[in-house]
Formats: sequence, C-alpha cells, structure tokens
Amino acid sequence: MKAFAALYARLDATTSTEAKRAALVDYFQSAPPADAAWAAWFLAGGRLGALVRTRELRELGQQAAGLPEWLFEECYQAVGDLAETIALVWPSVSERADTDEGLAHWVEAELLPLAKVDHDGRAARLRRLFDRLDEAGRFLLVKLIGGGFRVGVSRLMVERALAEVAGLDPKRIAERMMGYTDRARRPTAEAFAALIASAPASASASSALEHPGEASGQPYPFFLAHPLTGDSSRLAEVLGPREHWQIEWKFDGIRAQLVRRGDGVWLWSRGEELVTERFPEVAQAARTLPPGTVLDGELLVGGVERPAPFAVLQTRITRKRLTARLLSETPVVFVAYDLLESDGVDRREESLSCRRARLEALLAHAPAGLEISSVLAPEANWPTLAALRNESRARGVEGFMLKALDSRYGAGRTKAAGLWWKWKVDPMSVDAVLVYAQAGHGRRASLYTDYTFAVWSRPPANDAEVANTIAAIERGEVPAPEALTLVPFAKAYSGLTDEEFREVDALIRKHTLTRFGPVRAVRPCLVFEIGFEGIAASARHKSGIAVRFPRMLRIRRDKPIGEADTLDALTALLQPMD
Amino acid sequence: MAADDLIVLRPEGLYCPAGDLFIDPWRPVERAVITHAHADHARRGHARYLATRAGENVLRARLGDITLETLDYGERLRIGEATVSLHPAGHVLGSAQVRIEHRGQVWVASGDYKIAPDATCAAFEPVRAHVFVTESTFGLPVYRWPAPEAVFAEINAWWRTNAEAGRASVIACYAFGKAQRILAGVDASIGPIVVHGAVATLDRAYAASGVALPATHLATEIERGALGHALVIAPPAATSATWIRRFTTRAGPPEIAFASGWMRLRGARRRGGYDRGFVLSDHADWPGLLSAIEATGAERVIVTHGYEAPLRRYLEERGLQSGRFETQFGGSEEEAAEGEALDHSAEVSP
Ligand SMILES: [Zn+2]
Ligand SMILES: [Zn+2]
Repeated sequence: MKAFAALYARLDATTSTEAKRAALVDYFQSAPPADAAWAAWFLAGGRLGALVRTRELRELGQQAAGLPEWLFEECYQAVGDLAETIALVWPSVSERADTDEGLAHWVEAELLPLAKVDHDGRAARLRRLFDRLDEAGRFLLVKLIGGGFRVGVSRLMVERALAEVAGLDPKRIAERMMGYTDRARRPTAEAFAALIASAPASASASSALEHPGEASGQPYPFFLAHPLTGDSSRLAEVLGPREHWQIEWKFDGIRAQLVRRGDGVWLWSRGEELVTERFPEVAQAARTLPPGTVLDGELLVGGVERPAPFAVLQTRITRKRLTARLLSETPVVFVAYDLLESDGVDRREESLSCRRARLEALLAHAPAGLEISSVLAPEANWPTLAALRNESRARGVEGFMLKALDSRYGAGRTKAAGLWWKWKVDPMSVDAVLVYAQAGHGRRASLYTDYTFAVWSRPPANDAEVANTIAAIERGEVPAPEALTLVPFAKAYSGLTDEEFREVDALIRKHTLTRFGPVRAVRPCLVFEIGFEGIAASARHKSGIAVRFPRMLRIRRDKPIGEADTLDALTALLQPMD
Repeated sequence: MAADDLIVLRPEGLYCPAGDLFIDPWRPVERAVITHAHADHARRGHARYLATRAGENVLRARLGDITLETLDYGERLRIGEATVSLHPAGHVLGSAQVRIEHRGQVWVASGDYKIAPDATCAAFEPVRAHVFVTESTFGLPVYRWPAPEAVFAEINAWWRTNAEAGRASVIACYAFGKAQRILAGVDASIGPIVVHGAVATLDRAYAASGVALPATHLATEIERGALGHALVIAPPAATSATWIRRFTTRAGPPEIAFASGWMRLRGARRRGGYDRGFVLSDHADWPGLLSAIEATGAERVIVTHGYEAPLRRYLEERGLQSGRFETQFGGSEEEAAEGEALDHSAEVSP
C-alpha cells in the first residue's frame, strides 16, 4: 500500500503531465502484478463504490482524534476534504508495525470485506487499518473506501504509461483496457499480465467465433469525430465534393457499441462502461443479430423519428431501479450507424461505404429496439445542408455528422484513418454574472478557473436596485422573498484563453467576499457570455433548469451587471419536452 | 474586561496602562515594546523602542535608525509602575514574549512563538503567568508539524535529486526567519547556495548577531555552470517574477518549492502552484499552542491573530477563561493566509 500511496502523493503533487507519466511508469515497472492490476483499475476510473458511509468515516476520525464534533467540523471546513481531514487529525501511532502489505491484499482482504461487517465491527476494523498507515496512507484509504478517489490522471495517461511499460502501441493497450474498469470485473495479476503482454490479446474476434461459448465481449476503441466550425459558405472549399461524404443527423443520445458474440450481448458506453443491463430492450433486440457482430451507434429514447431530449434519457441512466413504468415511458432504441465486425471478422479497415452496405443489409429487417441511422440524400448539396442544419433544434438533433466515405474506422481522435466531423448547430447563449469560483485541476490548479454563473431572478427596475442587491450580497444578507436576486444556473470551466483565466483569477482574488472550503464567493462584477448545447427543466436545480455543456464564449466587459440576462430569458429557450 | 487588566486593546495596539507602553503597536506611539522584527509587529514611527539585545541587529536592518533600548532575555526593567522583562519566544532571531508584572499580577504577551527547535534563535521558554496573551495562527488540530530534522532531510533529498538532474532548486520562503532557518538546516555540501538580495540583507544582520550560516552567493555572483546544482532561497514574490528565469538551465526551469506551515494542507499546496511544499513553520502548531498555554499555568487566555474562535471555545470547554484581542497582526509573513501570502510579499527588490 505504501508504494501506491507514494504514487498517489507523487501524482497529486505535480501538475505536469510529463511528471505524472514518469511516476506511473516507475510504479507499473516495479509493482507486483496483482497490485499493479488494482492500481491500473483505480487510476483508469474503477471504483469500489462507497464501502463505508461518509458519516461513519467522519465519526471515526473525530473519535480517534478525541476532538469534539464542532472542532472536527471546523477542521473539515478549513481543509475542505474529509479524507485529508481524517488523515491529518488521526493520532500518530508511535509504534507502527513496519509491515507493508500490497494494494491487492489491502483491497481484497481488508477493504472489500468491510461491506459485510456490521457497524461496530466495521469501526473497530477501520481503526486498526488506520493505525497501520501513515498520513499519506490514511488519506488514500479514505479515498478508496469513501468512493472519492480522484487524482488528476486521465485514462489515456494510464494507457500511455502501460504502453511504455509493455513496449506496445497505446491504441493496443486502449483496446485491451476496454471494460477493464467495469464494476463486475475484479482486476487480477493475470488480467494485468494480459494487459501488458507482448503477444496479441487472446480474445480476438476470430477466436470468439471458434469458441462461441467463451466469447469475449471486448469492444473496439471508439472512433471520434472532430468539431467542424467556421463559415458554412466555405464548406466545399474545406471538405471538397459533397459526394465524398456520408451525412447523417447527429443525435443527442449516448454513444454506444453493441457487441454480439457467441451467446452473449454486451453494450458499452463511450465511457467504456458496460451498460447492457440498463437497456434490456436493446439487449433483447440484439440477440436476433448473428453472432460475430459489432455495431457502433447511439442510444436514444424514441428512436430516429421522434428523438426525445437528452434529459429524458438521463432519467433512465440515473434511476437505480428500472421499473416497468420507466421502461414503457422511456423506450430506448439503439440507432446503428456503423458496423465494425460481421461474421466474426474485424471490418474496421474497410471503407465506410463498404461497412455501410453491410450494415444496411444486416438491419434490413431490424427488430424493435434496433434502428439504422438514415443518411441524407446525396442530392442535398452543401448550401442546402447549411440551411437544413438550422432546423436541427426543431428536429431534436444537434446538427450533422459528416463522415468521409473512404474513411476507415480509426481509434480515438486519430486523423490517419480518414475524417469524421461533427457539425453542430450554434450553441444557445445567455449573458450571466460570475458569482462563485473554485480552483481548477491539474495544470490550472493554481488558478481560479471553475466558475458558477447566475442570471437575474427578474429584470432589475433600475441601476439603484442592482446596486442595492449587490450591497446586500456583500453584507451576506438573506434576500426578501420578492427581492431581486442572482440565481446560479450553470458551472463552466472552459472557453477562455490562459491569459484571460489569469486576468479573471486576479479579479476573483480581489473581489472575494467570503470563502467556504475551496470556493470563493465573488462580488458580482463581471458578465460572461455562456454558451450551452441544450436546456431542460429540472426540479433538482434551484434555477429550475439544467443546461448541457455550458462553456464561456467570451467575457462581456462591455456589459454592465444590470444588463445580464434574466431567468425568463433562459426558460424561454426551453424546448417542449416531447 | 476587568478595570485592573494589565493589557488592554487601544486603537494604537495592545496597551499596558501601568507602564504606559504599547506592545507591537500598529499606530505611532511614544513607547513601543517590540516582540520581534516581522513587519506586522515592528513598525516605523514610534518615539522609543524596547526590544531584545539578540534582536537588535535584525530590528535595525528592518527599521533603520530608531531610538532603541535593549534588554537581555530575562533582564527586568521598571517602566512606570510595571516591571517588564523579555523571554525567548523561539519564533525568529531576537523574538520575545513580553512579561509584565504589576501589584502581584503577571501577564505574558506571546508575540509569535514556536516550540520546535530552531538553530537560529533561542528556544521558547515557558513563563508562568496569570493571564497569557497568545497568537493562534495555526490554531486548528490539523496543524501538527513534522519534526524539523525530517523536513530538512526531505529538503536535502529533493535538492540532491534536482542537482542530479541538473536543475536548480528554489525554495520560496519568508526573507526573515524562515530563510535563515533553512540555511542553517540544509546540508550545504550538496551544492552552492544562492540567496535573493532581501535574504542577504538579513543574513548579514544574523552574522553580526553571531548566528552561523553557510556561505551564500548572490544571483549575480554565481557562474552559470554551477546553477544546475544550486539551492536558491528567495521570498515568494520573487519566484513568480522574472528574477527566477535566470535559474533555468539546459535541463529545464528550476524546481520551485514553498516552505511554510500552510503547506500542511493539500489545497494550499495545490493553489500555490509550487512543485513541492515543505511543512516548516515558525509558529506553534496545535499541540504546541496547547502545551505552551498549559505551561504558563494561566487561568485566563486571551487569543489574538489566527483561529481565535476555535481555540477559545476549546479552552473554555476545558474550564479556562478566554478572551480575544482583535489585533492587526498577521498581515504579512507566514501568518497571511496561503493565497495572499503568495500574492504579495514584503520585500521583492533583487
Ligand atoms: Zn512573526
Ligand atoms: Zn504575528
């Protein structure tokens, strides 16, 4: 555990990608495979879930430190992180046994069994565990069992480090890592050895055909599109002849890969999570496909003809239990737009036009739950398409996907295989006021770069009312029921240049009203144009609305605070929910 | 507040009516007793100063030409109706707790203090008192300092690793006190040591006071070839200025660390944006505060600059009487909250 705690501390202490990669490589080269297996699992996003509830951990830390509850709370407020608070106040054990079991032992023999012990037994066990660790170890322990493990390492970074250790192409590792962090699987020394083995992965598509009973659900890495921006009158110039492109509507669903091999069906989200069980109607439909088929597509409520807004699909993902009612109210369809494997043969090196022909043949008589994306007629030329794109919102789609007909199916964002473009409608936008700020992560950890934005509850009557409202905010007053207020509605942390971030950071430090934990309340003094790609009513948000992919389009220094938008302006953008 | 309190709060600062004197006043007064030479405790403009003999050189280096009377530690001086003496606070060179005795009552004002050992100043000495006025900069249980030897070992290891990679090691820290403590604590055999001008000025005052520090160079004096294994000590503001660029070597820009008690918290380490944080403070940690308070035997404790509220409540729950002086200390040096400490520092000129 010491080695992994040291790795965690090393990763946590630096903002440099290069230093993180070096730390990962050092660790993976020296750790025993069983430990490395778990480390890769955690770092790539695997989670044990909360084995111990936050309240229990809090009580334990407080009692072990012998602090009154209020003082532990004061500490937590100052630190802003429960794991760190516990690690810091835990009494130092003078005679710590100098044993150091590996990460795998810790997880399997000490942590996972915690879920099976009752409250009192768990507390006693946890105390002993904490006593065995130093500060870095205690911090890590709470992160592991409390479900809050995060260390600013991307999955890609882990894949690159493993590739370096294995002497393999990172794409190869990416392919093997698909599904590695799935909750149902437990990483083992063998699994880790297979990840970095120099021989090709054994679970190839062809071997799955030969041994259908042991078919692997291994998906392929997703091929990702690049955003197409700029003047639509220059399309022909940028993209060339229209007939070189396959054009489809871009749906606002969940990108997914459907794997049908042997007796099984696996549905993978783009986050490489196995989501088969969340979408039983799709899994059932997929059983009618011949084994040895892999499709790329989109999970969508309502299907191609009547796509529902993303918010509806979200209710399906977030709900813990799938009731019959939920299933009938939100029927999900897998809209296929590409074919990666058929007859057990990897088709990714074939051209898109070939793959499309196979897909059309395959889905000529698709059962309910499976659809094929419709391709726009070749007669629609660039100018027609540009005009049509403006109808996207009314059609419940995000714009177009443009795929080169001769493109192969690449891995990730590579441009070597030929291009895919996403050509989205221009985002909606409002002018909003910066009200809270938090430090960023990684490279931007020293700057305040994560902002919360607000709009006015109603149009301000005049400048005096705006000034009074700001003065009340500065005094920390609770506003009267009818008073003009600023209603937070979105968080955004992208869209500004480094230069602009530094400027805004300085402003935030200067105009901080109060701090709570890592968050600063900022005197309302700066307006931003906030763009977003979707908006839906939301009972969970104070503003009553939730926006998708908000980002900063620009700083509106020209706008006085009083001229920021109102909540009404936002709700006016709401689309009808059906 | 009782009428016979030996120390009260006045707009000018902490005031002792019996001696008609102020302790570390922030507005100009006739007679000022100075606990130590940090900028928020020692200000210009008072008519007469009283401080420790050990701190004379550093105080003059900071304040220039002042009318200064000095006392040895423990030496008693009658001022008005009060008997005043100064006792080691272990904070920085010359730092003192002020003991005031009047009609059998003893009050001790701590100034800033630490319990941990420091080779550059006299060790903290507990003084029995009826009332103890204490600082509370790090008055929360999360602040527990590692042993200084362990921190210096960490610094040496870090410096050695950087030197092997051919990169300069820069430690950002306060020019007065922390800088000299680090100089005295590191293993000077690892490589040459460069100090910022602001640090050099104080080093001279330390040398004049008989505190041994390793040989150092100014940035302008060191040959480029030696930079790769140099240790550089500079105030925080200098490390974000162009001054620091000169330490970039062929192997890359310097590694920059910050040495402060605030580095105990991960959030502070991250927000500071430094490559490394060393937990090294010249203030008492939580156990230090509690042990110092207990050692005075005081039944009443008045808390100043820092985490006053939690420390007071904790003491009250343990049956002590507590109070608070809202001072104007803490605006500079280590006491400033971590973010601000990085934004502006007292001396920056090279
Ligand atoms: Zn001080
Ligand atoms: Zn102070």
